[in-house]
Amino acid sequence: MGRTTPERHSVTSQTTKSPYWQGVRDGAPFTLVIVPFSLLFGVVGTEAGLHIAETMGFSVLVIAGAAQFTALQLLSDDAPTLIALVSALAVNLRMAMYSASLTPWLGAAPLWQRAIAAYFTVDQSYACAVLKFEQEPRWTVPERMAYFFGVVTPICPLWYVFTLTGALLGNAVPSGLPLDFALPITFLAMIGPMLRTPAHLVAALTSVALALALAWLPYNLGLLAAGLAGMVAGAQAEVLIERRKERGT
Amino acid sequence: MIDGPALWLFIAALGAGTFALRFVFLGLIGDRPLPAWLLRHLRYTAVAVLPGLVAPLVVWPAATGGALDLARMAAALVTLGLGYATRNVILAIAMGALTLFAGLALFG
Repeated sequence: MGRTTPERHSVTSQTTKSPYWQGVRDGAPFTLVIVPFSLLFGVVGTEAGLHIAETMGFSVLVIAGAAQFTALQLLSDDAPTLIALVSALAVNLRMAMYSASLTPWLGAAPLWQRAIAAYFTVDQSYACAVLKFEQEPRWTVPERMAYFFGVVTPICPLWYVFTLTGALLGNAVPSGLPLDFALPITFLAMIGPMLRTPAHLVAALTSVALALALAWLPYNLGLLAAGLAGMVAGAQAEVLIERRKERGT
Repeated sequence: MIDGPALWLFIAALGAGTFALRFVFLGLIGDRPLPAWLLRHLRYTAVAVLPGLVAPLVVWPAATGGALDLARMAAALVTLGLGYATRNVILAIAMGALTLFAGLALFG
């Protein structure tokens, strides 16, 4: 973090800003996503009958929106606890991928810093970090860490604050609102941008087809089967598409 | 729905499991390379689980006792289509909610 001298701060050119403040600036636009999303989780949590402390427990200990909504949905449907847990963790398996892809950049940092960075590894901090690290290959490990925590600064505190706001507002939301559909709409909005390649589309369609066909299975096992099949289908589609590209067709 | 200590145990387990997923490579593996097949499957986890979770909720909504509902189906299609076309999650949620309100007012 050798760049955080006062002279450098007074310069407006972005390339001379400290990595930390560059991170803050790159993370700031995501508040537009974080605020409504965490607000919604708070409201839905209260509507589902959670105490404020329990809703906050989700947002502080899990700090992963899609998995929190998945867990809440399955628990409200009275799915078996283990199934709810496995399904929510499956949604978070992408965090392992983020962890793997950050390791070459941050792996040399002290363990305590890597542990804190792991806790704050969310979609936004990961996406900003890998992009920036590739653009600034000469950054030192402390500079990369500073940037990472800069991105997190405008995002994660707001996640807690607006979950709390939503949880407090929850009971004030008029009872006539069709909140039953807030979760599906939120998920569908997140799924759209995930469908980046034909392979992603194959994974999603496989999952939908199997989830509907196997909905009769007990314990929400249909969802687990659909998730596994979707992963395999996506990976296989990727291999096929790459092979076709290599053949030049 | 579970509550009390059972719910807290659930939250703690989900928190610990999620942290483990985030820490596993960064904290434990170091910079050893990972097998390509594993990374390839990890890439599709979210997109394989979330659509399967949401599909039955759209086709058989609990609010209508499982009967196909025109307003909810229209809201779902608008949300997914806008999310896909614009990559703007918040816009997709807003327009999907608007479609749902309009649909419920018209057909509900």
